[in-house]
Amino acid sequence: MSSRRSRSRQSGASRISDDQIADLVSKLQQLIPEIRTRHSDKVSASKVLQETCNYIRSLHKEVDDLSDRLSALLESTDGDSAQAAIIRSLLM
Amino acid sequence: MASSSISNPDTNSNSSPKMRKKIGHESETGILTADTERSRWRTEAEAKNYSIKLVKALRRIRRRDSSSSGSIHESADRVLAVSAKGRTRWSRAILTKRLRVRLNQINKKHKKAKVSSDNRLKKPVAKNKPPSLQRKVRSLGRLVPGCRSLSFPNLLEETTDYIEALKMQVQAMTLLTELLAGHDTLAGSSDHLGSDVVTTTSN
Repeated sequence: MSSRRSRSRQSGASRISDDQIADLVSKLQQLIPEIRTRHSDKVSASKVLQETCNYIRSLHKEVDDLSDRLSALLESTDGDSAQAAIIRSLLM
Repeated sequence: MASSSISNPDTNSNSSPKMRKKIGHESETGILTADTERSRWRTEAEAKNYSIKLVKALRRIRRRDSSSSGSIHESADRVLAVSAKGRTRWSRAILTKRLRVRLNQINKKHKKAKVSSDNRLKKPVAKNKPPSLQRKVRSLGRLVPGCRSLSFPNLLEETTDYIEALKMQVQAMTLLTELLAGHDTLAGSSDHLGSDVVTTTSN
């Protein structure tokens, strides 16, 4: 295991091969709905990164909107009975 | 489980991918395939788990009478980070956010703010990329919590896990919102807010 550690220190951050990076980028690409193509090598890393940033921002915004709605809903519902019902339906 | 190797956030996380390779995952590059980790977020059990924890956390918020949307968002993020079980950097960063804010306040008092700002200016080590890519990498690092000065491969790892977790968060919160809204109308709430929500959810 110590040999593995020293090997990983050699291939430190400055010496990651392009292949590894391309592999990670393609994996990232699979997750993003906009650019999930079959010919994954045709999408540049720059586009993948850009789309990733946009996607994360849109997800953040969605969670923000949802928490807005939740806060409005929570203020109006009748606390414990509603939430007990929710938990019950979640557990089924 | 394989990922119990990440105990200390400061150690070089390069060692853990090698350990995962040992367990026999298909890993051409030696860097974490993240397949098992990613699919972890996609299971229904995980979503249910998250939803239940979220409901309990929301209950606590209600009791404290501070159900602003900001605090709900924070709470949802914290529950998400807890579900990550400390295996990823972004989850640990979310959980220690409050501590870091307090630390920064204390440090500012003792005029140690200079040190922390120097850390932020430190560039990541891997610089074999054109500057436009570098800018994008930097902005991505700012979006994922706790990953500002991470090496590129580690950043990509964290990003893939973070995206999966966010997707699950959106799913669970949507479900919760619809349940609450539906329950409102079922309970015959005369509150007009309930009917407003129903019209928006019927889109």
